[in-house]
Amino acid sequence: MASVLSAINVTKQFGGLTAVNTLNLEVAENSISSVIGPNGAGKTTFFNCVTGFYTPEHGEIKYKDNRIDGLRPDQVTQMGISRTYQNIRLFSNLTALENIMVGYDPHLKTGWLDAVLRTKRYHDDEKAAHEEALKLLRFVGLAGSGDLIARNLPYGAQRRLEIARALASKPGLLLLDEPTAGMNPNETGEMMHFIRDLRDSLGITILLIEHDMRLVMGISEQITVLDFGEKIAEGGPKEIQSNPRVIEAYLGRGAATEGMATTSGNKSG
Amino acid sequence: MSTQNRFDWLKAVQLGAIAGITGILISLVGMLQQFDSRDIIAGSLSMGWTMLFLTVIVASYFSAAHQPSKLLSIAASFVTGLVFGFVMCLLTYAVDTFDLRQTLVNASPALVKILTFEDGVPTGLVELVVTVTIAGVVGGVIYILPQRIRKAVSLGLTVMVFLGLMQQIIQVTLSNFPQVNSATAWMFGRGTQKGLSFNGAIVVFLVVTLSNLFWESNATKVNSQIQKMPENRQRSLRILGYGLLLLVVLYLPVLLGLYLTEVVNVTGLFILMGLGLNIVVGFAGLLDLGYVAFYAIGAYTVGVLTSVSGQLSTAFEWNFWWALPVCIFVCVMAGIVLGIPVLNMRGDYLAIVTLGFGEIIRILALSDFLKPHIGGSQGIVSIPPPDFFGVLLNKPQTLYYLIVAGCLLALFVSQRLRDSRLGRSWKAMREDEDVAQAMGINLVATKLLAFATGAAFSGLSGTILAIKLGTIYPHSFALLISINVLSLIIVGGMGSIPGVFIGGLLLAGLPELLREFSEYRLLIYGALLVVMMQVRPEGFWPEETHKREFHENEQVPTQEAA
Repeated sequence: MASVLSAINVTKQFGGLTAVNTLNLEVAENSISSVIGPNGAGKTTFFNCVTGFYTPEHGEIKYKDNRIDGLRPDQVTQMGISRTYQNIRLFSNLTALENIMVGYDPHLKTGWLDAVLRTKRYHDDEKAAHEEALKLLRFVGLAGSGDLIARNLPYGAQRRLEIARALASKPGLLLLDEPTAGMNPNETGEMMHFIRDLRDSLGITILLIEHDMRLVMGISEQITVLDFGEKIAEGGPKEIQSNPRVIEAYLGRGAATEGMATTSGNKSG
Repeated sequence: MSTQNRFDWLKAVQLGAIAGITGILISLVGMLQQFDSRDIIAGSLSMGWTMLFLTVIVASYFSAAHQPSKLLSIAASFVTGLVFGFVMCLLTYAVDTFDLRQTLVNASPALVKILTFEDGVPTGLVELVVTVTIAGVVGGVIYILPQRIRKAVSLGLTVMVFLGLMQQIIQVTLSNFPQVNSATAWMFGRGTQKGLSFNGAIVVFLVVTLSNLFWESNATKVNSQIQKMPENRQRSLRILGYGLLLLVVLYLPVLLGLYLTEVVNVTGLFILMGLGLNIVVGFAGLLDLGYVAFYAIGAYTVGVLTSVSGQLSTAFEWNFWWALPVCIFVCVMAGIVLGIPVLNMRGDYLAIVTLGFGEIIRILALSDFLKPHIGGSQGIVSIPPPDFFGVLLNKPQTLYYLIVAGCLLALFVSQRLRDSRLGRSWKAMREDEDVAQAMGINLVATKLLAFATGAAFSGLSGTILAIKLGTIYPHSFALLISINVLSLIIVGGMGSIPGVFIGGLLLAGLPELLREFSEYRLLIYGALLVVMMQVRPEGFWPEETHKREFHENEQVPTQEAA
């Protein structure tokens, strides 16, 4: 399958600290992939490199064969990549509807003169944005909450609203940064279905950072494990679960050898 | 603050002491004496005493709040009034006994005279305490009144004080209409007395209070009746309303006469600037402290292009109407040029740098280097008034229309921009710049558009100022103007378009009317801003989004995602 996103030897440094080190990563079209790793492994830094918040020192990032490293965040979004944040970053004083309408901005053409003169283009744009926002609200199960202030929504709804806002730009690739952080097992389960549904019904490729292993192992087709900015493993859920380096990174060396013993024990048993 | 079950003595005493300190301050800075020369109600209530009364009424209103019962509310306000009276007594006694005039110029026998109702120390002091205690109880009574009545009474009192304050101006204006002469004389008294007559004051208070009560109780009914009307009737009613408003606006200079029209014009220029800065600060959240730069650039451009003084190196001597679009264009360009260096700055940094820009422009205007072109410290003189189809715009009454046209244009443009994609982008940028950018919003274009629009309005205002004055000097464009405009949008409510008008009337119009007290202008400004930030940080007429921001803790409880 063709890859939508490919990172080639990406390195990002902050002073002496190498947050991401010669990372190579491919995300296949229409797949759900995950990036996992202990805290400080460089997962979010990598996301920031992809979305244009950071420019990597070395390496290339390509989206559908176009270089995107070095572009501004708004340009990256215009290309078709959209994201959510680890700690929800909605426009908290705007309504749910307005939040999504801001997300739809890349598809609008209204200039200031159109706005002042209320040309046909203005009316068409506003109508389109409004309809799209309503559609997305329904899609994420927030129908009827459009006029509520974003910060007054319940936590889970805020997460879904953030995803709806990201979807409004009609992305080809959606980056989700810990979409289930702070959720209970029930909500996490719902989110898992929701993410799968996103891919299946909208055909969007999804790359996510996640700590909840049940979710990661449940929906990912491809998992990349980072530790101290370096890729230490890559593969499907099964391979990752039994990879000694992954266990070591997560639980320490002792646990790794022990874990190996249990896994092999299980296999033989 | 949680409601207590016990009588809160401490709060009552505290508020009384705070009011007392305020009273001492008012007395010792000389405000009391100066304001005493103006009467609100002729012979009975001076403006100085009004200030003291207001202080104690506000303090006892708050001390009456959240007390366990109505009776205890009154008691609390009584205590506050008494404490205030005691503090003022101490002050009076101290001023009377010791000679403090070496250090405190205003601690004079005249002050004692005012505070003791000219009755000397022992008797006057008793009168003082009794009077302010009664005023304190009034504050408490206002608190326990039902909200509807409280609102009406406060409005009545405010209008009464305002009319008394404006007596001279109103009377002069009304003297243009001999038909109402006898009514005016009855209300304001004849001859040289100042303020409302006693009867006039009572009538004003009653009329305003009762009509407000009547309106409040019927407003919903009227509204629902209008709602019930068919669509086209509603529409024609609305058109009728706008028509009437337009008629009033057009007829206003005739109604107001020369002086008041001039005041309206000054206010209008500030509102025009406020509408521009409101886009930059209120909509887009870019704190610009050098906003006066564009005002100066607008004024100077029209000066250079139209001046007929012959003192400048190049004499363009253009017609104003040709120069106007060029001025606006120059200001837009200036907005963009000054915007580019600050694109990556936020918050405090942006404020400091723009502050610098404002000063640079003023100092450039002062400089010898540019003197041959823009006149240096002598400024530009002989800017001719424009000719509008044979009408020379050289009087306040004719300039008024130009200013109104400018304000309406700015109002129209900012409203339409606010309700468009651009307005949404500005709001998003104000909330979270990084995320706004990640949503695909081009920050450079969005920011520069905000700066450019703001600069255009400010420049238009400066242009009109130049032809209004006929001469411009660098010192007309001091930092204080930026601060003034910023204050007026803060007081009105950031990002709120009606708020700009309210702020303009309060912070530009009112001080213009009260010129004789201009010494204390900045002091009152400061106090107003501090009180505002404490009591109503979102401004008098807040824009919805901003209101939400300031009441984050009072959010509607939603079912928690457990």
